[in-house]
Amino acid sequence: MIVEGPVLKYGDKIDTDVIIPAKYLKSTDPAFLAQHAMEPIDPQFYQRASKGVILVAGKVFGMGSSREQAAIALKAAGVRVVLAESFARIFYRNAVNNGLPVITVPGISREASEGQIARVIVESGEVRIGERTLKGKGITGMALKILESGGIMEYLAKVS
Amino acid sequence: MGYTLTEKILGRAAGRPVSPGEVTELKVDLVAFHDLTGYHVIEVMEKAGMSKIFDQERLVVAFDHLSPPPDPRSAEIQVSIRKFVRKMGVKNFHDNNVGILHQLMVEKYAEPGQVILAADSHTTTSGALGAFAQGMGASDIAAAVVTGRTWMTVPEPFKVSLKGAPGKWIGGKDVALKLLGEFKADYFNGKSIEVHVEDPHSFPVDYRATVSNMGIEMNADALMFVPDAETVRFIKENRGYEPKVITPDRDASYQEAYDLELNKLEPLVAVPHSVDNVKGASELEDVEVDQVFIGSCTNGRLSDFEVASKILKGKKVRTRTIAIPASYEQFKKAMDLGYIKDLVDSGCVVTYGTCGPCLGGHFGVAGPGETVLSTSSRNFKGRMGSPDAKVYLSGPAVAAATALTGKITDPRGVQ
Repeated sequence: MIVEGPVLKYGDKIDTDVIIPAKYLKSTDPAFLAQHAMEPIDPQFYQRASKGVILVAGKVFGMGSSREQAAIALKAAGVRVVLAESFARIFYRNAVNNGLPVITVPGISREASEGQIARVIVESGEVRIGERTLKGKGITGMALKILESGGIMEYLAKVS
Repeated sequence: MGYTLTEKILGRAAGRPVSPGEVTELKVDLVAFHDLTGYHVIEVMEKAGMSKIFDQERLVVAFDHLSPPPDPRSAEIQVSIRKFVRKMGVKNFHDNNVGILHQLMVEKYAEPGQVILAADSHTTTSGALGAFAQGMGASDIAAAVVTGRTWMTVPEPFKVSLKGAPGKWIGGKDVALKLLGEFKADYFNGKSIEVHVEDPHSFPVDYRATVSNMGIEMNADALMFVPDAETVRFIKENRGYEPKVITPDRDASYQEAYDLELNKLEPLVAVPHSVDNVKGASELEDVEVDQVFIGSCTNGRLSDFEVASKILKGKKVRTRTIAIPASYEQFKKAMDLGYIKDLVDSGCVVTYGTCGPCLGGHFGVAGPGETVLSTSSRNFKGRMGSPDAKVYLSGPAVAAATALTGKITDPRGVQ
């Protein structure tokens, strides 16, 4: 799977209360959640992401709560893949379970700048930005099977 | 070479020996969800056309985030979950009058050596009793509810040893904040923390639950206390039976270890907007506070209210203060021991068994420009209401001392 798009860049420790505040968690509707993604730190995110973007971030992206709406909101807002120095475990799984590719790419927050075009190979984790190529940790094994099936329940339906 | 607690628990659940870094499927002992995530779990199950649960006895459901419901949508969510509970014959269901899920897991269900999954990040709390407990999202929990199984990457165990005994006004929160301040919020990502307590009774289950609860703030996969005499005492006293105990082998090898001298700890505070931005309470005494919150699955237990009542008894709070014991059991015991009376007499608003303002839900969320001192687990921007509010985190002693003065206060200076 190859994904391409302009970079939207954030810092370290972006938590789930920032990605989607708790007051919106009584809904699971992707279109509704998308409008409020990243609202506390970037109220324009919904407009900025709408054409399809690659979200770049620092350490432990998605730390905090287990709310699956965090992954749903980002994907519905137009995020095609998240590249980060590292991910919080629960967010990583939620993203995979909702068909949002997530790749750990050491050095990405130093190498990528806002607005640059990035090209990502999801399976191998290879990221091209301008003249630079970075080697990330591609999605493999169980996580890849789930991502390709479209989610954990779809995977279970396939194997059972 | 012997096994760590992590390897023992996950190896048993996988049905074969496992090593850190490998991906494995495994059996789950208990699965749980609450109202705010539960409806999402049920939605995922319904969408997949899967309407069975793996075991009616081993699914725990509790209402806490939306309890009691603050608006019609919250009430609707609870209505839909009650229907599911009836239809599936879920045995362990706790409606609005019982308590916060993680507290109920510690009081009633979790046991040493179990694998516990719940649709909430603070599931790590049950690590207090030596269970490998971790939170997952709605889809993963739906899969576990249906199959009784999950998959995970086996984390790298990290050994923490607690030496000596904590001083006056020092508790579990100070240990959690010490670890966060020393290692920062990303260090334990992909690791499981195994805490060995040198003198078991110096660090009771209440304190342990606070530390395990904040294991998720350290981004640890699990934070478990190695079961010991205190674990057995707690379960026997609360449930009337002695649990089977599982411990790491004496020659288990840990790649990393850290010793923490409990008697050297001072009262600590996490400063906005990050849990690992930790300072001594004494360094923050000029910070004015608009509201104090004592409660949550982090610090809403009997020992927390004992500390608060000792500081507040016979005095009046200067800052508006909300106090919420984490469950009916904790509330009832605190009432019988007179702590609740002390808090009410001092001017606190008291209710029980709800997450309340912790996640910005209800019962006293923060407004723009306000500063809150809270015993809960997170001070992220916008967490407790307005994104323009500031949240400081501490244990119950700093919280109660702060309630008296209106400024962040080191409890060691309070008469």
